[in-house]
Amino acid sequence: MIEFLQQVINGLSVGFVYALLALGYTMVYGILRFINFAHSDVFMVGAFCGFYFGRLVPAHSIGGGLLVILMAMLVCAALGIVIERLAYRPLRSGSNLAVLITAIGVSLLLENAGQLVFGADPKFFPELFPTKVFVSPGGLRVSSNQLLVFVVTAVLMVALQWIVLRTRIGTAMRAVSFNAQAASLVGINIDRVISFTFGLGSALAAAGGILYSLNYPSIDPYMGILPGLKAFVAAVLGGIGNIPGAALGGILLGLIETFVKGTRFSTYTDAIAFAMLIVILLFRPAGLLGKFQVEKV
Amino acid sequence: MNRLKTALSTWPKAILLASLLASFVFWLLSGRLDPYYLDVLTKIGINVTLAVSLNLINGYTGQFSLGHAGFMAVGAYAAAAITMFAGPKILSHAPANLLESATVCLFMGALLIGGLAAAVTGFLVGAPSLRLKGDYLAIVTLGFGEIIRVIFRNIDSLGGALGLNGIPPYTNIFWVLAVAAICTYVVLAMVHSTYGRGFLAVRDDEVAAEAMGLNPTRYKVVAFVVGAFFAGVAGGLYGHYTLSIDPRGFGFMRSIEIVVIVILGGMGNTGGVIAAAVILTLLPEFLRQLDQYRMIFYSLLLIILMLTRPQGLFAWKRRPAPAPGA
Amino acid sequence: METPARAGAGRMSTDAAHSPLLQVEHCTLKFGGLTAVSDLSLQLSGPEIVGLIGPNGAGKTTVFNLITGVYRPTNGEIRYCGASLVGEKPWEITSHGIARTFQNIRLFPSLTVFDNVRVAFHLHLKHDVRHSLWRGRGFLQEEREIGGQVMEMLEIFHLGKLREDFAKNLSYGDQRRLEIVRALATRPTLLLLDEPAAGMNPTEKAGLMKLIEFVEQKYRIAILLVEHDMQVVMGICRRIVVLDYGVKIAEGTPGEVRADPKVIEAYLGQARE
Repeated sequence: MIEFLQQVINGLSVGFVYALLALGYTMVYGILRFINFAHSDVFMVGAFCGFYFGRLVPAHSIGGGLLVILMAMLVCAALGIVIERLAYRPLRSGSNLAVLITAIGVSLLLENAGQLVFGADPKFFPELFPTKVFVSPGGLRVSSNQLLVFVVTAVLMVALQWIVLRTRIGTAMRAVSFNAQAASLVGINIDRVISFTFGLGSALAAAGGILYSLNYPSIDPYMGILPGLKAFVAAVLGGIGNIPGAALGGILLGLIETFVKGTRFSTYTDAIAFAMLIVILLFRPAGLLGKFQVEKV
Repeated sequence: MNRLKTALSTWPKAILLASLLASFVFWLLSGRLDPYYLDVLTKIGINVTLAVSLNLINGYTGQFSLGHAGFMAVGAYAAAAITMFAGPKILSHAPANLLESATVCLFMGALLIGGLAAAVTGFLVGAPSLRLKGDYLAIVTLGFGEIIRVIFRNIDSLGGALGLNGIPPYTNIFWVLAVAAICTYVVLAMVHSTYGRGFLAVRDDEVAAEAMGLNPTRYKVVAFVVGAFFAGVAGGLYGHYTLSIDPRGFGFMRSIEIVVIVILGGMGNTGGVIAAAVILTLLPEFLRQLDQYRMIFYSLLLIILMLTRPQGLFAWKRRPAPAPGA
Repeated sequence: METPARAGAGRMSTDAAHSPLLQVEHCTLKFGGLTAVSDLSLQLSGPEIVGLIGPNGAGKTTVFNLITGVYRPTNGEIRYCGASLVGEKPWEITSHGIARTFQNIRLFPSLTVFDNVRVAFHLHLKHDVRHSLWRGRGFLQEEREIGGQVMEMLEIFHLGKLREDFAKNLSYGDQRRLEIVRALATRPTLLLLDEPAAGMNPTEKAGLMKLIEFVEQKYRIAILLVEHDMQVVMGICRRIVVLDYGVKIAEGTPGEVRADPKVIEAYLGQARE
């Protein structure tokens, strides 16, 4: 039983990170019907921001840690906005596929530039926050970094819900995701909404990158690829374009993955995520919470 | 250029035979060539086969596949398995004076089996996936490519994560050029027929194609299977050239490299794709010193191409070569 | 070609001119809570030109999509030469002899005029992909024959000179004509035309009307025409079916339909609003 609960905790801690990443994918898809392939690399940049900014603050301090997260979020928000502006916006009127290819190009560029700038060797992520392991009477172990994942992610998701449901820009986001043309006709500045969405998603990715690295402290320029792909699967699982769905998908995927890792199929863990994606897209493309759309002839 | 096109359409089989003959003669004379140039030419030939076969799927039929390297892997491993495990037994039955011919037959058989194995994989991947559109299909094919890679990483009898070593060096320039010529012939011959126009119709407008009595799924599957077949054969050639293969070499990056060639050459433009394959194989050779920047260059190339000339470098002004997904 | 060999030839009965070709029987199509077409019945025997009219959103294109298999009726039956079409894929339905054009022209933009028509010969190909590789005498012969037939059709419809042009470069009127030619290349016994006169000036419309009548007479096929332009509809249709909100509200000759109060009400709105 304790084993099981331990797996649940481990699964949740990685699942929450997937959820943060998945939110970025789903928001961009909801607005632009486009899979932002480069999102996983913003996650990586966030982790490296945490690495370098971490040197500027004292280790093991909560204030310092939070400040690092905040700074990384700001930097990556800016990065996301710049990428959208330079690489995606010019192609917005074109086909979906062309933007996807461009996104792949941006992703490769970030990874390889990262390799050039940061070096290919993995780096050790600093301990930004005070570390402590809490052991329950039954032997259940939760690390403070894992708790941090839960807390920070919960706070960010609440903040996101508030932004989407209660602010003007959030309402504009939802309007654009329903019908971009109509939204622009009622005076919504589509460009600004899109930039904001990218910025928001990228900020969440940055937070995810740091939280992930606190628990898996080896970072390298290619670290974003697998978590990114898995987060994408999570977004599709929950219903792409659906914000609560992304969170749900992320958590589910984290749990499933952790349990699979405990079985003899652990070497196939990565393939499981891909297999899930294929199964979902083939049998229930709308995901758990999404809606199916019909093409008009 | 027009005269070349007319010649190709009037005597396609003759030109194919001539190409095969030329490849054979070239091989006979290849001893005189600097091994470095031979090496580059071999790489070009393999890339041409990979790119032309992918072009059938992506370019002519408009199905965006990001998992072509997976088919290459299947072909490479299958062919190597035949020559390494079944080969010795088969060859031991051959009389000594016919050993060379027997080896050639073995290799040809291995390549064919590699291609067929890849074709079957193409069918298994394509049949369920091809009802998906655009970026979803791309992601699913990417996923399949990665699954194939992970599977090979877990098959210990084929070397597992450490790769398969000691593959016999059966590939030579004749095979490489011959396969490239055959692949090009097959793709062009298929597409330039009344039946073959269907591939383009399905790409242009699936709904209209259906209304004209075409079965789009069948076309897509055919394109996938034929494309996968040649990717598999190319994989077999590759394995018996590098003598050692491992799953990491057949991942997403490899697929992207082939995709870049197809995009650079122009989707649905076989001549352009061949030219692009030559250019993109030669380029790293010229930029040897800048090898560490190779992937950055590729990614920038991809972005710039998409932003400025998505129809490829070689799209003649008269012909409306489509941009991806258009 | 005088009488096109019919794709669904085996299914035709001997007194084909009188037995019904297309039978739509009590068809209903629902999208979730929305009923697009409700209990629709109509019938065509070939050859004749029948008009399908109704205000915007009445469901006319939906009826086309039902017949051609793009949508599957929630209830009801659709028969062609007696055999049920329900559940068949669009390309299977085309093989029975039903061809169509689209409201927003759907030509193959990257193909030439010649190839656009050539592709539509697909259903009647004796050869398939293997033969295109071997390129034997039979294959080349058939390709030549098809080429000849394509040119013949293009010439009849005055598109011969444009054979090498890409479809997307044609003028609007030429594109509409090409779409009709392409549909005819599938050798249908029933042709569905979806607003072929849209965007045409009066001269072009007059030409189109002659064209449609010519097609009906030369190829001896039934034509179901969706059209907004009353001049065109009243001018060439022998019979007209009127739809409103997915329901058939009237059917008859042009004269009858023109005078039908329900039709007038549907188009102009009720007297008191």
